[in-house]
Amino acid sequence: MDFIQNFPFFSIILSMFSGTVCSVLPRKAARWVNTIVVSVAGILSLILLIYLIGTGESYTYMMGHFPAPWGNEIRAGILEALMALFFCIIMLLSMLGGRKKLDDEVVESKHNLYYILVNLLLSSLLALVYTNDLFTAYVFVEINTIAACGLIMIRQNGRTIEAAVRYMIMSLLGSGMLLLGICMLYDLTGHLLMSNIKESVELIMAEGTYHVPLLITIALMSVGLAIKSALFPFHAWLPDAYGYSIVSSAAMLSSLVSKGYIFLLMKIIYRVIGFDVFDGSRIIDVLFVFGLMGMIFGSLNAIEENDIRRMIAFSSVAQIGYIYMGIGMGTQAGMTASVFHILSHAATKSLLFIAAIGLTDVSGGSRKFIDLTGAAYRNKWAGVAFMVGSLSMVGVPMFSGFISKLLFAQAAVQNHGKMLPALIVLAISTILNAIYFMKTVIRIYTPVEESKYESITFKNMKLYAVTLVCFIILNVVLGISSQPIVDLIEQGLAMFA
Amino acid sequence: MGTNLFSNYGEAVAMILFVIGFTNLLLQKNLIKKIIGLNIMDSAVYLFLAEKGYINGRTVPIVVNGVQDVEAYINPIPSGLVLTGIVVSVSVSALMLSLTIRLYRRYHTLDLDEISIRLKKEGL
Repeated sequence: MDFIQNFPFFSIILSMFSGTVCSVLPRKAARWVNTIVVSVAGILSLILLIYLIGTGESYTYMMGHFPAPWGNEIRAGILEALMALFFCIIMLLSMLGGRKKLDDEVVESKHNLYYILVNLLLSSLLALVYTNDLFTAYVFVEINTIAACGLIMIRQNGRTIEAAVRYMIMSLLGSGMLLLGICMLYDLTGHLLMSNIKESVELIMAEGTYHVPLLITIALMSVGLAIKSALFPFHAWLPDAYGYSIVSSAAMLSSLVSKGYIFLLMKIIYRVIGFDVFDGSRIIDVLFVFGLMGMIFGSLNAIEENDIRRMIAFSSVAQIGYIYMGIGMGTQAGMTASVFHILSHAATKSLLFIAAIGLTDVSGGSRKFIDLTGAAYRNKWAGVAFMVGSLSMVGVPMFSGFISKLLFAQAAVQNHGKMLPALIVLAISTILNAIYFMKTVIRIYTPVEESKYESITFKNMKLYAVTLVCFIILNVVLGISSQPIVDLIEQGLAMFA
Repeated sequence: MGTNLFSNYGEAVAMILFVIGFTNLLLQKNLIKKIIGLNIMDSAVYLFLAEKGYINGRTVPIVVNGVQDVEAYINPIPSGLVLTGIVVSVSVSALMLSLTIRLYRRYHTLDLDEISIRLKKEGL
């Protein structure tokens, strides 16, 4: 066994223990530990990715001393390593971009707690990505939920606590359903390891028994994870949670937490239930329909919104809808498009959140559109970054959003039954996206003759500006050199099956 | 359909309890009642697991009198899962209760809808 195969385990355990260590360190040291741990986890994932591309096959890694049917396992393939790398990059940039706001808005004694929660979030995300055991996945789903709840309410006012309570309620409903689904699947198959369950499910399907329980299990797990990742009818908690928490929390919640659950659902589809069985069930159509509805209603809500942060939050609902539409198509191309959209949406949405906070800061802290007039001239870097993010969301070529829309459209053409609704809704949703994002961009680039607010120079926001530049580069890289990444995703999905 | 309902009455009760807990967590206005609903829901899942793991006429999987035959004991894994699940649900309930205390200190009510209305009036 190569030494590199230990890396998934190292990155999970490193982030978990550094979280504990952060609680006793001084504030600045905790910040350094957090930054270094996230970077190290990213570097380990990158090395692992290169190693896996070299060997060309995935591997399982035994946790503890018990072999396959009994013990716990980690599994790493190209897709897992790619996701882990990407999550680390986004988390690092979100933390750097939101650092100043963290200092301004959160009581100093709470900063250590924040770094603990971030490290815990990272370890649970990595565990969700790498684990090969369903019950371990459930436990880390709950850890993820608790960490995310802490991230929402680290800045304490009535709004954030209410948002945290609403988030917890919806999340707990989701995890209750997921847990029941996992337990029923365990009773049906007698296994908890994903690969063993899949063999048993194939046997069950071949014998033609237990169809109804299997269908209910699939429904419970899909709907549970859909509730947790804020698919359309279950999104009521989302705008408050993203809109009023501090900016790095909002960026991480929208681009990492919900994506972790979606990735787990994809793992369940491929590695537990099997793609064909899932495709044959009717649940896939339910996900497809709700995805389509989310794409439209999320955008309509965003158009009505008068608050820039809440507008971006509602746009997330629409984008989650895109991802579920891709899953619901039931083709490999649809799944590839969904995975790519997870990456592109994560890169774009965190950029938008971070850029929006720069714009509101130079508008006296107000998030109303009327006060944001001309904000892009007062903070030039944030203005450019917000424009890049908006163009990417709308789907202008050169940026990542265009590629994901292209992939969705190509996937839709391959599936004859769902082609027409998918393409129509894709077109409508793009127009709606353009309406509210272009409205905002025009608003922030409308010159005002005498501004009552002061502008900010590069000297006062070096770290922030550098973060924005990194985000823009990430976006353009995803948009221009998308082919190698799409190839990697396809290889990774092939390894899944 | 339905003929096995009586022989599997434990599982049937667990499902009914799950639905009761789920609806309470979703629909109650009072936060404490919501948390009670959450606990009913989680306990229902544990009842389901324990019921599924039990095999009639067998005993707890702890070797006492040197009997090492597999046929003598029930399946230990569901019991292990129940323990793990209890730990998770205790921590989640504690978190929910602490959030409820914070909200109550601020707004002196446990009604989530009324808190939302007041927040809108504050216009934060």
